[in-house]
Order: sequence, then C-alpha cells, then structure tokens
Amino acid sequence: MRAPDTMLPLIAEGLGFAAGGQAILSDVNLTIAAGRPSMIIGPNGAGKSVLLRLLHGLLAPTQGRVAHAGPDAARRQSMVFQRPVLLRRSVMANALYPLRLAGVPSAEREPRARAALEMVGLADLADRPARRLSGGEQQRLALARAAALNPELLFLDEPCASLDPAATRAVEQIVATLAARGTKIVMTTHDLAQAKRLAGEVLFLHRGRLLEQTPADQFFFAPTTAEADAFLRGDLLW
Amino acid sequence: MTKILRRGLLAAALALAATGGAAAQDRSITVASTTSTEQSGLFGHILPIFTRDSGIAVRVVALGTGQALDVGRRGDADVVFVHDRAAEERFVREGFGLERRHVMYNDFVVIGPAADPARIAGLTDTTEALRRIAGARAPFVSRGDRSGTHAAELRLWQQANTDPAQGRGQWYREIGQGMGPALNTAAAQGGYILADRGTWLAFRNRQDLRVLVEGDARLFNQYGVMLVNPQRHAHVKAADGQRFIDWILSPAGQAAIASYKVGGEQLFFPNATQPEPVS
Amino acid sequence: MNDIGTAAATAIDLVVTADPALARIVLLSLRVSLTALLIAALVGLPLGALLAVARFPGRGLVLSVLNALMGLPPVVAGLLIYLLLSRSGPLGPLGLLFTPTAMIIAQAVLIAPILAALSREVLEGLWEEYAEQLRSFGAGRLRAVPTLLWDGRFALLTVLLAGFGRASAEVGAVMIVGGNIDGFTRVMTTAIALETSAGNLPLALALGMVLMAIVLLLNAAAQATRQVAQRAGA
Repeated sequence: MRAPDTMLPLIAEGLGFAAGGQAILSDVNLTIAAGRPSMIIGPNGAGKSVLLRLLHGLLAPTQGRVAHAGPDAARRQSMVFQRPVLLRRSVMANALYPLRLAGVPSAEREPRARAALEMVGLADLADRPARRLSGGEQQRLALARAAALNPELLFLDEPCASLDPAATRAVEQIVATLAARGTKIVMTTHDLAQAKRLAGEVLFLHRGRLLEQTPADQFFFAPTTAEADAFLRGDLLW
Repeated sequence: MTKILRRGLLAAALALAATGGAAAQDRSITVASTTSTEQSGLFGHILPIFTRDSGIAVRVVALGTGQALDVGRRGDADVVFVHDRAAEERFVREGFGLERRHVMYNDFVVIGPAADPARIAGLTDTTEALRRIAGARAPFVSRGDRSGTHAAELRLWQQANTDPAQGRGQWYREIGQGMGPALNTAAAQGGYILADRGTWLAFRNRQDLRVLVEGDARLFNQYGVMLVNPQRHAHVKAADGQRFIDWILSPAGQAAIASYKVGGEQLFFPNATQPEPVS
Repeated sequence: MNDIGTAAATAIDLVVTADPALARIVLLSLRVSLTALLIAALVGLPLGALLAVARFPGRGLVLSVLNALMGLPPVVAGLLIYLLLSRSGPLGPLGLLFTPTAMIIAQAVLIAPILAALSREVLEGLWEEYAEQLRSFGAGRLRAVPTLLWDGRFALLTVLLAGFGRASAEVGAVMIVGGNIDGFTRVMTTAIALETSAGNLPLALALGMVLMAIVLLLNAAAQATRQVAQRAGA
C-alpha cells in the first residue's frame, strides 16, 4: 500500500504543554483536514500561539503527540510569525533563502521566488533591502517567502496584529488567494471580524483547553459552549 | 552579495601575495647581538659592505648580551656577537659556541646629571665614583637585564667594595630594560648610569645628562664573536656564519669598523689582530 | 622645545617624501596584520557563530575562557610562541622564529579570541531573533552559522576592525618572535619602540602618527564600504 501524497489530515492526540511547572495547554484533541482556513481564536493567554508552534513542530509537546497522514511533513508546511523575521538581505534574497534550504533546484528558485513576490505585489521591490520595507510590506514578504515553498499547510500566527487596516486587507487578500489555491491555512487571530471573513472552521481555545472545533457559520451564530458564547458577546472571560 | 565577499577576499589575497616575499633574500644568517652595536648604528654601516661582498644578508636580533647568548643556546641564531667575556667563555665551555674571537672594543662611561650631587665629575677612578654615589644615596639607574653592560656594572660595584643592593628600591633603580630605555629613565630622574659610549653618542634624549667619568682602564668594553656550535644545532648555517666571522676579523672588516663615526667621533676600535688586554 | 610639533612635522615629511625605509616598514606592518586578521577571522568568526547557536554543558566555561583569552598579555603570547617556534622547541624544525610568519602567528593567536568572543556576542542577538524562523525553514543550528555570519556582516566588520586595531598596535609579541630585524621583521610598532630606546622621541612619535593615520584610513575605508553596501541594499 502506498502512502498518500499528502500530510493531511494532521491529528493532535491528548496534546499538552507545560513550562516551568505551569500547564499552558492540556488535552487538546483535534484534526486539521484539507479545506477552508481553520481559525484559532480565544482570549489573550488562551494558548493560541503555543498550539500553533506545537502543531508546526517548533515546540515539543510535554504530553500527547502530533501525527501526520503522510511522509515529509516538515517540508510540506511553513509558518509566518506575528512579527516577520526578515533576513538582512534584499527582498528577492529573502524569497530565495528557504527555497535553497529546501533543496529546490537552482534553476527553479528564481522563477518561483518571483512568482511569489508578484502574488503579494512586491515584485517591483525585489532589489530593496527587506528591512527597509514598511510593516505591511514586510508581512507580505514573509507570506511570499512561505508561499514560494508551495506548502500544503501554512500556519499564520496573528499576521495582522501590528498592521493598519489597509495592510490588514492586503494580507487577508493574500491569505484568501492561498486558500483558494488549495493551501490549508491554520491561523490565530484575536480579531473576530477577521475570523468571520476568513474562517471555514473555528477552533476556540480557552485557558489552555480546546473547547470547540466548529464550522464557522455554526460557531458565530450558535456556539456550543457558554464560554464561546460569552467571548462572542465580548464579555470578559477571566 | 556573496560575490562581493568573494571578490574582496580575492583582492586581499592578491595584495598579500604582492607584498609577500619582497624582503626575503636567498642567503642569510641570523646574528644575535647587543642593542649597543645595533642602536649605535654600527651594523647599519658595516653589514651592507659584507652583504655586497658575500651575497649573504645578515639579520640582526638585538638583545642584551645575556638574552643574545640564550638565543644562541636555543639554536635560534647562527652567530653571537656580544660583550661580556666571562659569559662568552662560559658559553663556549658549555659547548654552545665554537671558538670565541675578540673583534673590537670601546669603553663605558659614567653618565650623570649636570648638577652632579655625588661630586664625581672628572674622577678617573670609577670605583671611587661609585662609592661616592652610594654614599650620597644619589639615584643610580641599573640595566638589571643580564646584559654585558649590566655585568660590567656589577663587576665595578664589586671592585668598589660596595653592595648597591642595600639601596634597591630607593636610590638604586634596576629597570630590567635595554640601554636606551635605561638612559631615558636616567634622563627623566636625573640619575647616574653606566653606559656604553656607542649608545650614548647615538642617544638623542639627553636632557641635562653628560659624561662625568671616563678613561679608566676598568671601563674597557671588549666585544667578542663566536659561531653557534653546529654539532649542537644541526641547522646552524656554519659556512655562511663562519664567513661573516672571518670577514669581520679580516682587515676589510676591521677597517669597516674603524671607519664608523658619529659626529666625527670613532665609536668602536677594532683589535682582532692584537692580543686582547685582560680587564 | 616643542617635541610634539617637531614630531608632526617629521611625520608629514616622512609621508610626503615617501621615505623608502618607512614604506617598507608600513607594507610589512600591513602584510603581517592583515594576514593575521584573515587567519584569525577564518577561525574566530565561525567559532563565534557556533558558540552563539550551540547549547552544551560547559558552554559557560568555554565563554569564560574565551573572554579571559581576550586579555591575554601580548608578551605572554609572544613567549609561548617563541618557545614553540624556537629551534629547541617542538616546532623548531620549521625554522619560523624571527620571520614575518612568526609575527603573523603571534598576532593571529592574540586576536582570534577577540574575534570569536565579540562575534559570539553580536551573533547571539541575531540568533535570538532568527532562531524560530530558521527552524521553521528546516535549518539546523549548524546551517544557521553561515546565515548568521552573512546577515551579521556589518556588525562583524566592526569586530574585524577591533581585531585589526589590536593586531597593528601590538608590540610585545612581535618584538619577541620577530626580533625587530632591520629590513626583515621590523614593523611600525617595533620601529617606534626602537626609536624610543634610542632617545629619538620626536621620530618615534612621528612614526606613531603615521601608524594612527594608516589605521584611521583603513577604518574610514571600512565604514565607507559599509555605508555604500547598506545603501545598495546588500
């Protein structure tokens, strides 16, 4: 029997993470399947970023495990951080860097990087020093860099947290484009309106526990748990 | 971008290659000698003559006599050219050097401040001068570095039946450095000092120092030369080293030494062909 | 008597007349110190980068030793290399004592720990910023080393200049292992020491001024390179 040519679904079983004796996440069970974006929401300190890092493999769980359907999972996923970490090089060199690491043949790198920059509208700035870009441009470059890898699964950790509305719109557009191309998006946000605009399903985290994993239309109109209901109404949960 | 780095490295490498090797000469010997011969300018005068005649470059490492002999002991020089007869004879006796030959002499002088607090100016008995300095507890700067001049100074104190060690840290100041730094110190502190005449004549920072005692037979300063024993150190360039020794003892070498003058004054007196006086 | 004025005039005169003896000494100084810098950089910078990313038991001790080595007295380094290179020492058969090569070795030994310790400091900050992103790209710690060295290049230029400054200003070690041989191993600093011994203080000071001018020029050139490169977006 041949292994399927996909890493999805990604399955977390009994996932927990503790640091310094303090449990940050406990007993998270979830399945990330191909399809529309999964938005992880929840109040500050719920453990959203930690969950993302556990799923991406940047943190090792203290309990439970993360499993993938297929081989080569590490190469089929990438991540964009809240504050983009750009190399002190040109825009183009930033886009090329992960391609070289991933072992993409050298002849393919430049066209792929350029296509990714075009997709985010930065092709004209290819020779600029990346660190001189505006905040929004930097985040778009980070998205292009991740997208150039053609990941099957893309994690986004609050990508718009420090952006103005125009830049936020641009980023959402890119996310929508990627999702439409079939890239599975898993994204954290604290912005409910944004979650509504992008989500296919919602994962609601509260105090380190996953309380809901619900299709978006259902979650926003009829959440299952009282906590989610309170969160949607804007009530303080703590 | 890496191209820039690579180009930079290449340029640096080329620049280094271009400056490299320029100073190297095919045949050369290393001579461990004293600061007095180097700093007086003698070597600058006579070595080009030898190199022109022989095609052998002479690399002089100028140190105190004690250090120069140590360099010879370790095999790091081919020839030793210094001025402390007792130490030289020990060097040969221990088998580190071959035959010691005397080359030239000059003399030591006692130098001190013009004010001369110990009243030694004009004396011709150096031992009396040293006794007066010790009696007056006037500052005296000692090389303190096992050099030939240091050895001569200690010998003179002994002949004066005076132990300067009692004034150590007070008026007797051992600085453990070469002739030049010692003269700089004496100039700065208004101290007395024993110096070789060659270095004194070439020395520029005299301030109010002057020669106070000279012409005493005890102030005789003999230089000797010897080849480092190739049986001890197989890599010693015995043939070229011996050629240098032969030349400096020859009429041509001796004439070269005699012809070196500073301000019209002859600094070193060749005496290879005469029996060496016993000091 | 105005010694400093005399020195300045002498310094200008030496440069204007392109005194050949001085030119030779300057060239040798540059050759020795730049070669030492190159060798020390090839060892020290990757070592600094490795220490910035590596975490292992005893790392603190290694860093302490490295920091202590930054303060290694040149005379001690010189003596050590003297004893190693002496004909009676373990490396004696190479015949390197009292040659420019010995001086290069001495300066490289003196500045490699400086380059390693300072680059470790500089690159550790960069590593903190990059670590997560590089791991997300699948780059291990070892693969991060060249990335950090390249991305930290402008800060490392300053580190290199510090190393060059120490190398070119050093006198104790090169005096011992080079022997200050006229026309062969005499560099700026040993020439200054020699003229000071001869009581020729204005000439010694003039040579010092020329040395400072050269170091200043190199620093200015490095700064200009850095600015042009940064503006060009490299």
